[in-house]
Amino acid sequence: MKSSKFWVGVLAVSALFGVAVTYWLGLFVTPPDVIQGQLVRLLYIHPSVAWVAYLAYGVTSVGSILYLWKRTRSLKWDRLAAASAEVGVVFTALTLITGSIWGRPTWHVWWTWDARLTTTALLFLLYLGYLALRKVPAPRDKIAVRSAVAGLVAFIDVPIVHQSVVWWKTLHQSATVFNASLSPKVHGEMAWTMLVSFISFTLVYLWMTIKRYQIETNIDEFDNLEVEAAIAERLREVDGLVNSKASSGTREGGPKDGGSIS
Amino acid sequence: MIRDALEIAKKDLLIEARSRVLLNQLLPFVAVVLILFGFAVGTQNRTLVDISPGVFWVIAFLSALLAIQRSFSIEAENQAKDGLLAYGLEPGGIFLGKVVSIFFECIVVEVFLGLGVVFIYGMRLNSVALLIVSAGFATLGVASVGTLFGALAAATKVRETLLPLLVLPSTAPVLLAATKAWEDGITSRVGIGDPWLGLLVVFGLIYLAIGLVSFGSVLED
Repeated sequence: MKSSKFWVGVLAVSALFGVAVTYWLGLFVTPPDVIQGQLVRLLYIHPSVAWVAYLAYGVTSVGSILYLWKRTRSLKWDRLAAASAEVGVVFTALTLITGSIWGRPTWHVWWTWDARLTTTALLFLLYLGYLALRKVPAPRDKIAVRSAVAGLVAFIDVPIVHQSVVWWKTLHQSATVFNASLSPKVHGEMAWTMLVSFISFTLVYLWMTIKRYQIETNIDEFDNLEVEAAIAERLREVDGLVNSKASSGTREGGPKDGGSIS
Repeated sequence: MIRDALEIAKKDLLIEARSRVLLNQLLPFVAVVLILFGFAVGTQNRTLVDISPGVFWVIAFLSALLAIQRSFSIEAENQAKDGLLAYGLEPGGIFLGKVVSIFFECIVVEVFLGLGVVFIYGMRLNSVALLIVSAGFATLGVASVGTLFGALAAATKVRETLLPLLVLPSTAPVLLAATKAWEDGITSRVGIGDPWLGLLVVFGLIYLAIGLVSFGSVLED
């Protein structure tokens, strides 16, 4: 327990350090872009948070499959899926916000019906639906089954979001990092900064997911304790009723017995 | 499994034929929305014709939602779902049967809707084969996801609000692809080799496969 706490702490410090280095590299070390100027600095964050959103949903779908598969069925997979989806929604929101801030000076609009923007917004809504489904009151195992099915269906949208700029030729540029030839079109200091950014935000994701997983575990344990306490209370009430009936029965039977003695 | 599916589809379609909810409620709903779109967009310009593929599919999807909700409200009454399981029907068969019945109900709505957009909006149909095949696969996609989520939402007390929240974002790529395929079908740019049709086929089959695999778990609910 102590060692896991230590490693989670190490992860948190590494994530924080990584984000600080990304900040320093992105703002002070790398030069402005020839075409985009200072705006390029936003791109050290935007693709990284988008990648983390994909990763989070990938983990959610793996957790969902492992929960649905009867051999591996365990609530820990459901907790992992839930934790990852929550973090994924946060990072999808960040992707949309950073994209929108970049789009305003570049495309002169905060929002446009671009294929990737639209499909990313859909992804956001899909996983909001997933989280809403999790909040519908039901026994714990039923919540897990429902969520696993929803998580699996929702994940089909992830490759569509990534491929949308290829299928629909709209405003958003094609993939510069995760392209078909797997050869990033970014070089030098810019490439290094992006790499640090990708690693840092992945560490942030890992830390957030672990913490969220721990909270989910605590909630489940707390619920179980509450149920046990409620059962114990009912049992005490029943015991009390039985005892009081027994004692009143003894009192009612008293004279009879007394009579028989006399 | 196929026999179970046919039994379920027959049962649902028979209930539909006897209750006539489709005829008495769904088709009038479609007609009302078609006319409302006309009022909202205006009939004096070409806009209505230009947006008619999108309008067609939005109304088709909304109608599909009603058909899905109806299909599972039948099973919610008197714990009919438990009855299906007690009969020993295969979950895959139940899923497939539901998909088939919802598919046919949606196709009836889409034929009616198609006549509406042609005669009221003045939409011209050029590549009829593309329009029919793409409508078939888009409907298969919606019916598959709808059946899966319909069963899932039916077990909750918030089914009316939860179902659209789950189904509509999941099927939005189908809506996009179907609208694009219909735009191509209307302008006759391409025939049956339209890439959007390929996307619809992929979606339809993936959703069907996921439904077949996971419906057993959903029915546990």
